[in-house]
Amino acid sequence: MQASSIELNRAPAVQYVLRIGDTCLILAQRLGEWCGHAPVLEEDIAMANIALDLVGQARALLTHAGQLEGRGHDEDQLAFLRNERDYLNLTLVELPRGDFAFSVLRNAMVATWLKLLWERLAASSDAELAAIAGKALKEARYHQQHSGDWVVRLGDGTAESRRRVQAALDTAWRYVPELFDTDAVDCDATASGLGPLWSDLEAPWREEMQAMLGEATLSVPAPSAFRSDGKRGRHSEHMGFILTDMQYLQRAFPGGVW
Amino acid sequence: MYTQAMDTMGKDGADATGRKKAVRSAEEMQLEERFDAHIDAGDFIEAKDWMPDHYRKTLVRQISQHAHSEIVGMLPEGNWISRAPTLKRKAILLAKVQDEGGHGLYLYAAAETLGTSRDQMFDALHTGKAKYSSIFNYPTLTWADMGTIGWLVDGAAIMNQVPICRCSYAPYARAMIRICREESFHQRQGYEALLTMMTEGTDAQKAMVQDAVDRWWWPSIMMFGPPDDQSPNSAQSMRWGIKRVSNDELRQKFIDATVEQARLLGVTLPDPDLKWNEARQAHDFGTIDWSEFWRVVGGDGPCNRERLQARVDAWDEGAWVREAALVHARKQPMKEAA
Amino acid sequence: MSNDVQQGGVDARPQAGQEWPLWEVFVRSKAGLDHKHCGSLHAADPKMAIQLARDVYTRRQEGSSIWVVRSDQIVANDPADKAMYFDPAQDKVYRHPTFYALPDSVDHM
Repeated sequence: MQASSIELNRAPAVQYVLRIGDTCLILAQRLGEWCGHAPVLEEDIAMANIALDLVGQARALLTHAGQLEGRGHDEDQLAFLRNERDYLNLTLVELPRGDFAFSVLRNAMVATWLKLLWERLAASSDAELAAIAGKALKEARYHQQHSGDWVVRLGDGTAESRRRVQAALDTAWRYVPELFDTDAVDCDATASGLGPLWSDLEAPWREEMQAMLGEATLSVPAPSAFRSDGKRGRHSEHMGFILTDMQYLQRAFPGGVW
Repeated sequence: MYTQAMDTMGKDGADATGRKKAVRSAEEMQLEERFDAHIDAGDFIEAKDWMPDHYRKTLVRQISQHAHSEIVGMLPEGNWISRAPTLKRKAILLAKVQDEGGHGLYLYAAAETLGTSRDQMFDALHTGKAKYSSIFNYPTLTWADMGTIGWLVDGAAIMNQVPICRCSYAPYARAMIRICREESFHQRQGYEALLTMMTEGTDAQKAMVQDAVDRWWWPSIMMFGPPDDQSPNSAQSMRWGIKRVSNDELRQKFIDATVEQARLLGVTLPDPDLKWNEARQAHDFGTIDWSEFWRVVGGDGPCNRERLQARVDAWDEGAWVREAALVHARKQPMKEAA
Repeated sequence: MSNDVQQGGVDARPQAGQEWPLWEVFVRSKAGLDHKHCGSLHAADPKMAIQLARDVYTRRQEGSSIWVVRSDQIVANDPADKAMYFDPAQDKVYRHPTFYALPDSVDHM
């Protein structure tokens, strides 16, 4: 085992699975930062639960991606030894955790998206992916309920909490188009029955988010022309710092056994 | 996680006055006699039972400080969640730190049955009036610190905590039973992480483990608190079934158990005077530097300020969240009426 | 101060530092058993209380059903009345099956 980066097999099926797995991994990374710093002890525990579910999903997906890759890479080699351009998470999840409003809003957006994706992946031609989806769907439903309830509480709470969620919306909404744009990886997945086009998720996602934000008395921001590209390996400035932290031990102790 | 020493920290006059009241009514003396009889019979005291004021105050202080230790303890370990070396270790560490939050919660709940509130307890912590286990004022400098804390610090905590499962105050005892059930995973995961590095790891990893043990050994055995002859409140706590075993006894038990564990790991414990005493059937050990203990307890340890500031910041920055939740909750019935 | 305060009525804005209410948590570990009291937690509303109870008290597969009750809704007997309430049951041993000695051949009743 080397501390230098592994070479990723960028076959479309591998990329499709890693886009989901990396999203879970990096979001878990951000949520873990709340441990010991949440507004109330009960939420330290709740956030950690969500992070643990996401780590579990990431492990299952990265392990499976390694199998699809066929280069003998395990979950940890993929998690800790890729170059930045080979991480395929949504840019939305690498943004800093911000205040509590930002974190619950982002959780709600991602959980809703994941829930819709898992629902469709339960019918995947890939039996392993379908099995992962079946289990993950229950977790995503709970995450959506937990974070959605918070979005409503904060949106329809005090003037300050509404101001903060609205500000969070204004930041996060710019990263939404990436969730639904379709490319060759998606098309390949649909053709093989691996999974749906992500553009299929857009209508139901917007409907659910609209309902949540409506109940929260929040206004959906106007669309912007900005397009983020994390799922194609072109990340924001935040990704480098995340990886520095996350990869440090594996890089510093080549050949280490943990 | 917990330290016995916290029952010595209440040196303020307020706790002593309950005992020094000059005039006690006949009724009160009768109640106290009956209370003592319950304790002697091994009965449990529940939240709504009559109890001496000093018993109540001692418990509020001890339980809340135990709770504070759990939540402050989340911080030195939380440091390494983002840097855990494998996904499995990341999940384990997250689960452990989460458990500690949960333990704090069970203990705050137990303390609240005695008439205090969570906000009051946090206020005491944030203003420095309440203490927490001084072990958490030490820095976590390497990944091996995670395994070492699990092995030694959680190990010491377990040894402290098991006797409290028989504490006379039942809500505290019940919380402790729940905590002890969860705690053994904490020690096992730490030891297992170290064992993996020591038996399968690289030389650099082994050196990292030994370095961590060198730094955490003495603070860990200090967790049991000062020697019995320097713990004035111990006697009263023993009388009331709050404390069951003495500091020195627990410390000796811990050391004796740990020496064999260290040998299996292949690490040396940084005490040249540590050796088996055939006559005592126990290990002799070197002199503890109690001045370091009192210094750290008193606020001059490596991380005291940072730990407290982190807790104060989390609380202050979360105020708008807590308020928003309450305001939202109050709007609900009125919305239904409209 | 703002619209949401006015809509909420005079009482909507809590005083600074007001706590989330305390809730008692009861968990049924599996079908067929009773709900058991396992502790308490603070939550701002009923939905939150249930979710937090799930997060705090059922991480180790201890739950199939959760009840939460606001602590101030619990009615308990006065401990001073303990003797009056519970001692009279002590001498009514004829309520227990063990009071009745039967021949071995029919003792399984």
